[in-house]
Amino acid sequence: MSQGKNVGIGMPLKWPYPIRYREETEVSADVLVLGGGLAGCFAAISAARKGLKVVLVDKSCTIHSGAAGTGIDHWMGCPANPASKITPEQYTLSPTETFRGGYSNVIATYIMARDSYDVLLELEKMGMKVRDTEDEFKGADFRDEKTKLLFAYDYENKHCVRIWGTGMKPALYRECKRLGVNIYERTMVTSLLTEGGKQGARVVGATAVNTRTGEFYIFKAKASVLCMCTPERLWIFSTEWTGLVGRDGPPTNAGDGHAMAWRAGAEFTMMERSDHEEWGGSTGIGSMMFSSGSSFATWYPCSIVDANGKEIPWVDTEGKPIPTISQRTHPAPGQDFFSLVLGGGEGGTSSVPHLIPDLAERIKKGEFALPLYADLPGMPQHERRAIFGLMVGQEGHTWAVYRNLTHAGFDPDKDLLQVYELAPAPPGWRRLRYGGLAHDWDLKTNLDGLYAAGQQIFDGCGASHACSTGRWAGNKAAEYAMRADKPVLSREQVDSEKARVYLPIERSDGIEWKELESGIAKVMQDYCGDTKTEELMNIGLKSFSEIKQAEASTLCARNPHELMRTLEVLDILTCCEIIIHASLARKASNRWLSFERLDYPEDDPPQWRKWVTLKLEDNEVKVDELSLDYYGSLKESYEAHKK
Amino acid sequence: MEKACVTPNLVTPNKPVIFDANVCNGCNRCVEVCMSDVFMPNPEKGKPPIILYPDECFYGGCCVKECPLHDKGAIRLNWPLMQRVRWKRKETGEHFRVGMLNPPPPNTRPPA
Ligand SMILES: Cc1cc2nc3c(=O)[nH]c(=O)nc-3n(C[C@H](O)[C@H](O)[C@H](O)COP(=O)(O)OP(=O)(O)OC[C@H]3O[C@@H](n4cnc5c(N)ncnc54)[C@H](O)[C@@H]3O)c2cc1C
Ligand code: SF4
Ligand code: SF4
Repeated sequence: MSQGKNVGIGMPLKWPYPIRYREETEVSADVLVLGGGLAGCFAAISAARKGLKVVLVDKSCTIHSGAAGTGIDHWMGCPANPASKITPEQYTLSPTETFRGGYSNVIATYIMARDSYDVLLELEKMGMKVRDTEDEFKGADFRDEKTKLLFAYDYENKHCVRIWGTGMKPALYRECKRLGVNIYERTMVTSLLTEGGKQGARVVGATAVNTRTGEFYIFKAKASVLCMCTPERLWIFSTEWTGLVGRDGPPTNAGDGHAMAWRAGAEFTMMERSDHEEWGGSTGIGSMMFSSGSSFATWYPCSIVDANGKEIPWVDTEGKPIPTISQRTHPAPGQDFFSLVLGGGEGGTSSVPHLIPDLAERIKKGEFALPLYADLPGMPQHERRAIFGLMVGQEGHTWAVYRNLTHAGFDPDKDLLQVYELAPAPPGWRRLRYGGLAHDWDLKTNLDGLYAAGQQIFDGCGASHACSTGRWAGNKAAEYAMRADKPVLSREQVDSEKARVYLPIERSDGIEWKELESGIAKVMQDYCGDTKTEELMNIGLKSFSEIKQAEASTLCARNPHELMRTLEVLDILTCCEIIIHASLARKASNRWLSFERLDYPEDDPPQWRKWVTLKLEDNEVKVDELSLDYYGSLKESYEAHKK
Repeated sequence: MEKACVTPNLVTPNKPVIFDANVCNGCNRCVEVCMSDVFMPNPEKGKPPIILYPDECFYGGCCVKECPLHDKGAIRLNWPLMQRVRWKRKETGEHFRVGMLNPPPPNTRPPA
């Protein structure tokens, strides 16, 4: 078979797209949606349904862009479905689930808990498959026979739905098109425009650059919704691991939204929280995590056996041994309901039954022999098919995993797939866990005209969260746009952004983005790693300010694609600075935020039980605080803002 | 008009997908749906796209999924060697690996 040689290796190729650096296109909208992932598409759809002129700008190709672009399998946080035995209030405030010692975004969680079933039905109408219409799983413990919905994790309480999520982005994309949303793809938003060009003023639009032609865009809008997800490439970088080593997010989610909102004066919180990578030793960190055996997430509740076929025992959420497979999916009498909470952190992975926590030590003592395997053949037939066939098949990356493994001859009825996830990641390999924009019940930020949704807001995670908050923010932005004054842009602000954006293509000898990105990652590992001190973090900030003046001021890009990566790394640098500022501001350790300060070891002392917020004011970092219960009363606030 | 040029990066692994030039018709659908813009269209019409930025591949396989000729093998996702997992047949204890020579016959059961 001809493998299609890498034609270009060694010889320069002509850039395939026309080059239009600095040429301007101006576009106006009522509602401008920035980022075309789950939250962005839903925001655009809900604003378009109100009959407004909606423009959506996406750095990637909207049909498959964003963290869910290759699929998802769990629709979490769906207690409003008819088969659920728990209420949205229980779900939102459950101490072992989402609430996490109070360090939880209760507003967004509650919006999700209330709305996500309705949102799921909308996705079904758009053409995504959500139930077992062929009755393949008829009679399975995890199926609700009436609705034909399939559930994951807690089969008793049924609040997490298994879905055919590879169809989600294509369905949303088609719906945006159908409703006349004007989509600009391969267009990287670089900055927010504010009234009078002032930091902290009303947001009236954005600038962008096309990642193939280099053309410059000026978007003008009455209201904007920021939906660019969370930064993925902060502490770790290597070109030899897949996907630029985003733990599981795509490389396009580089924190641009965080950086541009920061520069515009928007307020952030939870930015000090980061978790140590859990899966450093699995087959190629990140993107391959579902192609090997596991008992976790997509592979839940698969049995794991050792090299001699001896089963690894499971324990329940309280650490008690549970000998049967069915106990992994049913809480014991008197125990709280459970599901894997994506933003789990401390208490997160243990919020579901799991393998014995001292497995590594017991392997060392000789009780279990390596390697370990996922024992699909030992699982009941419905479970086996749900894990390998539905979940592996629909989860991100796994359409290809199912295809590649079965083509290679793997048969879940007969074969044990090796487990690779035991080796811990190296020290300092961390991941930002959900710091983002602070917001009110309208999902409005502190800036007029700027709304946000999905993982752009703090403590946001998951598809149902992104879709539900996206829909909500789109509605609220539309309402604002209907009563807002005409937006007026500052030409001076546009010109200075334009000058900044094209600097890298004007230079010819300096460093390229990859070197800067690895340098930034090293600073983060060294000075904002697993343990933090005032001295270390101040050196970190000093390093960044030196790097900005020296190396980063020599960045070069040879074409619009590299220009995109170069601008991303500058945004990554800004995100890292926000993280260090936030980490300096919290002078106390906090297990709920996976935040360890050597110089302030006391865990979660009462005077620090609050959100630390920060923003730029006249280009100075301004630290403030917010009480943990700032969301007020759940039901009343929800009803008052739903309308 | 200003000019831009490029040389493909020599990084490893550098072949996230493998095209079969005998099957691929150069329609460039895979170029359009790639979330990371890894490819560029081949300057020669009708030929498979060129892999320009292999290290930016997310290995989600959207390019394969959307290719109208994927079942004929026009494009396949090529896991790097370090990610080619192993498995063991429970009954017989035989060992297998993605990428091995003389693999077992493919399992043709479609997903749910
Ligand atoms: C492999 C994988 C599996 C997952 N599985 C599940 C699951 O089973 N269940 C679940 O609930 N969740 C799952 N998630 C998480 C879920 O996909 C995310 O939480 C969700 O997609 C977040 O939505 P979002 O809209 O905030 O961001 P995204 O969907 O990531 O969208 C961000 C968008 O912003 C765009 N963008 C970024 N920067 C710019 C810029 N500068 N200009 C213009 N556009 C920009 C991107 O192109 C993208 O379209 C999974 C995630 C991954 C990576
Ligand atoms: S691989 Fe498939 S999608 Fe890509 S150009 Fe060839 S035929 Fe078209
Ligand atoms: S697997 Fe995904 S990121 Fe990689 S080339 Fe294909 S579409 Fe692009």
